[in-house]
Amino acid sequence: MDTMRDRFAPVMTRLLDEDPRVAVVLAEIGKDGFTEARRRHPDRVINVGIREQLLVGAGAGLALTGLRPVVHTFASFLVERPFEQVKLDLGHQDVGAVLVSAAASFDWPAGGFTHMAPGDVALLDTLDGWTVHVPGHPDEAEQLLRQAVAAGDDKVYLRLSVQSNARGLPVDGARLRTVREGHAGVVVAVGPMLGAVLAATEGLDVTVLYAATVRPFDGQTLRRATEAAGTDVVLVEPYLAGTSTTVAGDALADVPHRVLGLGVRRRELRRYGSVDEHLTAHGLDAGSLRERIGGFLSASDRPRP
Amino acid sequence: MTIIEAERRHQYQDLPRLMGLMTGDEKHGPAATSTLDALWVLYDRVLRVGPERMDDPERDRFLLSKGHGPMAYYAVLAAKGFVPVDWLPDFGAYDSPLGHHPDRVLVPGAEIGSGSLGHGLPIAVGTALGLRAQGLGEPRVWVLIGDAELDEGSNHEAIAYAGPAGLDRLHTVVIDNSSASHARPGGIAARFEAAGWSALTVDGRDHEALYAAFTAPHPGRPHVVVARVEPKSA
Repeated sequence: MDTMRDRFAPVMTRLLDEDPRVAVVLAEIGKDGFTEARRRHPDRVINVGIREQLLVGAGAGLALTGLRPVVHTFASFLVERPFEQVKLDLGHQDVGAVLVSAAASFDWPAGGFTHMAPGDVALLDTLDGWTVHVPGHPDEAEQLLRQAVAAGDDKVYLRLSVQSNARGLPVDGARLRTVREGHAGVVVAVGPMLGAVLAATEGLDVTVLYAATVRPFDGQTLRRATEAAGTDVVLVEPYLAGTSTTVAGDALADVPHRVLGLGVRRRELRRYGSVDEHLTAHGLDAGSLRERIGGFLSASDRPRP
Repeated sequence: MTIIEAERRHQYQDLPRLMGLMTGDEKHGPAATSTLDALWVLYDRVLRVGPERMDDPERDRFLLSKGHGPMAYYAVLAAKGFVPVDWLPDFGAYDSPLGHHPDRVLVPGAEIGSGSLGHGLPIAVGTALGLRAQGLGEPRVWVLIGDAELDEGSNHEAIAYAGPAGLDRLHTVVIDNSSASHARPGGIAARFEAAGWSALTVDGRDHEALYAAFTAPHPGRPHVVVARVEPKSA
């Protein structure tokens, strides 16, 4: 199967052909996929070299002239390194862009922590007005990329990963999707965590919701799910653990509830190896998830004071 | 007062009084007025902008990157009718659109909000690219930065890119009041020239010299004018 990132350049090439408003800004990473697009649209496929502050600043300048910039590099260099540019050149200037990242939390474990960005979504949470898509399959990534580019002047972050579910689901870029219904808790699986979550909750009487879009967070659907399944909620996210506990808590603010946030642990692992080994190390493989989800939900059966 | 009246009434000699409305003082230190002459010459004789054409895609773009000490900028915008003169006395007040750093969302005529150093030139690069991509060959992009602001690495990313990219619609004014702590070996212009820019250094108080430098041809290359004024510490 191809990866989400494999879809990026071909889809963008078609969008560049179709829409004269679209421009792609790169900082060396990913440029090979745009060789033909750059030949056809030399003024709208821009490679600024290894200059990530300029990458985001130039994207903002393009937006100020009315274009729709799509800005791409690894998450560490797109969100973390030029964070003030994301905050000021886009947010404070009141212009939009589509930021498309690759490498995610640990897509290249052998590359080490310099190329990992488990904190990207949490960091964007300090800013206002960002839509954050975390697709779980290349088909979803393609759909959400098209939707993001077409989203006027919105500020959109699209997080591509080599982690993927076996099958894609229809995504609308906004709502949580109910995948399974039960009565003993709600588990929200974000993006590529769905496969492991479904395996982990096999035979458990829980509702499973799927999120390919996490900001704005669809608190309404979560709230509705808790009416039948109770207000024990587990979030399973492919980035920093607890990133969405606040938004889930907001959705349930006026009812007693418990929320467990599972995801990438904060402590730097300092291991290389494979994606699967890192998932296991962070307790995000199906076996660990079953233990942690089951333990949390059964704990709620204890009598409360 | 209509805009036309404002243009007729406010000339260069009115600027100290307009600045005095913000500061309560008609005597301004060199730091507060370091940008004043360059701004005036640009808005009076060079930039093809006006309050009535802020939505015109063919207008020139002026990006004030050096957002600190914006009184001279607001005075020029008021003199040219972009903002009402009666906004000036409320400078920095809760309800005023005029902050100690400008906000493009609040200030008519301001192309960017600034204050944090090192953002204007990279945004100007993108603006020049965006105009070129849309076949808008007429508008020129100007960005004003300070010599100490030039220390920010983001500027050097933009300088190093814009020269080889041949962004000949891009213009930078560096107001040099010798405020950088570590002097640039070889001078400011040399840094730009090494990256393929056209560069001129002039007396930043001499209006004719500024005008000549601002309008000097620079085919195929971006252009920088280093405007030297009194040292900040003087």
